[in-house]
Amino acid sequence: MKLQRKNRLRATALGALAVSGALVLTACGSDDNTGGGTAGTGEKTTAASNVDCGKAKGQLRASGSSAQKNAMDLWVKNYMAACSGVEINYNSSSSGEGIVAFNQGTVGFAGSDSALKPEEVADSKKMCKTGQGINLPMVGGPVAIGFHLEGVDALTLDAPTLAKIFDSKIKKWNDPAIAKLNDGVKLPDKAIQAFHRSEDSGTTQNLGKYLGAAAPSDWKYEAEKKWPAPGGQAASGSSGVAAQVKQVDGAIGYFELSYAKSQSIPTVDINTGGATPVKATSENASKAIAAAKIKGTGKDLALDLDYTTKAEGAYPLVLVTYEVVCDTGNKPETLDTVKSFLSYTASDDGQKILTDAGYAPIPAEINAKVRETIGSLS
Amino acid sequence: MASTTPIDTPPAPPVPRPSPRSTGRMGDKIFLGLSRGSGILLLVIMASIAVFLSYRSAIAISENEGNFLTTFDWNPAGDPPVFGIAVLLFGTVVSSIIAMVIAVPIAVGIALFISHYAPRKLAAPIAYVVDLLAAVPSIVYGIWGALVLVPYLEGLNLWLDDFFGWTYLFDKTEIGIPRSLFTVGILLAIMILPIVTSVSREVFLQVPKMNEEAALALGATRWEVIRLSVLPFGRSGIISASMLGLGRALGETMAVATVLSPSFLISLHVLNPGGGTFAQNIAAKFGEADAFGRDALIASGLVLFVLTLLVNGAARLIIARRKEYSGANA
Repeated sequence: MKLQRKNRLRATALGALAVSGALVLTACGSDDNTGGGTAGTGEKTTAASNVDCGKAKGQLRASGSSAQKNAMDLWVKNYMAACSGVEINYNSSSSGEGIVAFNQGTVGFAGSDSALKPEEVADSKKMCKTGQGINLPMVGGPVAIGFHLEGVDALTLDAPTLAKIFDSKIKKWNDPAIAKLNDGVKLPDKAIQAFHRSEDSGTTQNLGKYLGAAAPSDWKYEAEKKWPAPGGQAASGSSGVAAQVKQVDGAIGYFELSYAKSQSIPTVDINTGGATPVKATSENASKAIAAAKIKGTGKDLALDLDYTTKAEGAYPLVLVTYEVVCDTGNKPETLDTVKSFLSYTASDDGQKILTDAGYAPIPAEINAKVRETIGSLS
Repeated sequence: MASTTPIDTPPAPPVPRPSPRSTGRMGDKIFLGLSRGSGILLLVIMASIAVFLSYRSAIAISENEGNFLTTFDWNPAGDPPVFGIAVLLFGTVVSSIIAMVIAVPIAVGIALFISHYAPRKLAAPIAYVVDLLAAVPSIVYGIWGALVLVPYLEGLNLWLDDFFGWTYLFDKTEIGIPRSLFTVGILLAIMILPIVTSVSREVFLQVPKMNEEAALALGATRWEVIRLSVLPFGRSGIISASMLGLGRALGETMAVATVLSPSFLISLHVLNPGGGTFAQNIAAKFGEADAFGRDALIASGLVLFVLTLLVNGAARLIIARRKEYSGANA
């Protein structure tokens, strides 16, 4: 009885997050934004450097991935403080919604946690009359595997074990496969409760890509935004998953690092096969993103992440969010503002903010190409 | 029992319908035009909604590589796109049935208490409080369900599993906190309680006093009065009240989405976390869906629309058939 009451209190304290996850759903109403009161001229502007307001003017609406919400909030705040007369409004609904809005021409750029699919590129050609939609990698970040196990503060897992856990093949915390990776840790004989996202999510897709690449024989599902495996429990939004993990003893789940930090949920170190297991941190994520190759052609800078990297200190389970713009044929009234704002987010100052917010900066080599591309947008 | 009816109101003499033709005055013409216009507008809006829904659904269904009715999956963004409503239909119906099984007896009990047992001083406040339950927004029920009900039900679930596991229904085969169809059913039961209660109460209050007094005069006890005169008179009212409640339970969105741990599996082990309902699935998937995904969700919404329509139609049919001695024909 006493235990139950304690659980209830804990639930009350944390369940608010689960609920807020559901609320986010209702907040996804689409704003039908047309144009905005801009008086911009369609001329080319300055090259990239810190906060260079250039000819930015009026109102810029953007929409998309909630994975980069915290970074966008900071950027928008700093940018608007520096450039008076510019109003930027990033509606962090979801990647899908952002791309739909972008292709309908109601936003200046969209945020997406996966690169445009071919049919989305085809759709974008209508909007970008002379060009097409391209992906600019802007925000990196580790996807943390959070767990809650009374009496255990640190845990190391590798990709095959993670795959089996999330596929309900490993059902107990004291499974030999887990014990082998955690010498000296006393693992309880408790059921594993694996939580995943109930709605489609780029985070789910990235976990799927990682598991599929690093543990191909144990994770045979296709990497999609929808959770593919039959077992496990679901919760809405990263906040919902984090709240459940925090609440339920024996739980494991995946979410962006910032959620683990803000709720002090311990995260799993990943054994990549390198010398030592890697912790989920911003620096370690940047090291893994540095191993990525650009797979996009032309101005498209979509990345091909190397999930199997064994580089020292590289945390392989990472997520990159893109800003989606037209290479040419951006709407003239917002073009200057888009260029000026994205130049700032890709600048050293802009990227530096990411680490503090639980994200990871885009490695310099890729970032240089991003800046070059932003400068050439028209 | 049912033959004791023609006491109360003789059928009202039909009110002569005023001729639609105007008297020729300006005001009359304007008013006629306005009211006719709003009537037509309503029909046009309804028709265009129906056309829109069917059109978008047709797009989705025509490109669906799975069977829309039997596929246990929802992946319109996949290649090839595959989605089906089997799990949603199952979850919607099962959770609503659980809600009805719990809510209707309780609601009838409350209604009888208010109408026949409670002292007058108590009856009004109780009726008021029950009506107030209906005014609570569903997201609040959802929050309460997630924060209070789910942790609370853990014990009850274990108990049901231990002692009634043999019924198959209450056999909990998967671990996990009770974010299950059963919990959703309980939550929905609470949500539909007020509407079922207040409609039943209205019906019970309209039982002709003479019926009850006749029963009393024959030496019936209070319970026998209820059994012999109130319940037979109110049966159709209870049924239609239940249907109204069912309509709400079928379409409930936020409360279900907040509490349930959705999955695309059908299982009659109602204590296992998992399952899904139409409305919950739409709420959960709409945000990340692309244009085609939204069409698919609209198609599932159309099925829910038809389901609700059927339930409401059935309720109306029952009311109409028993109109002559039911008070619920308002």
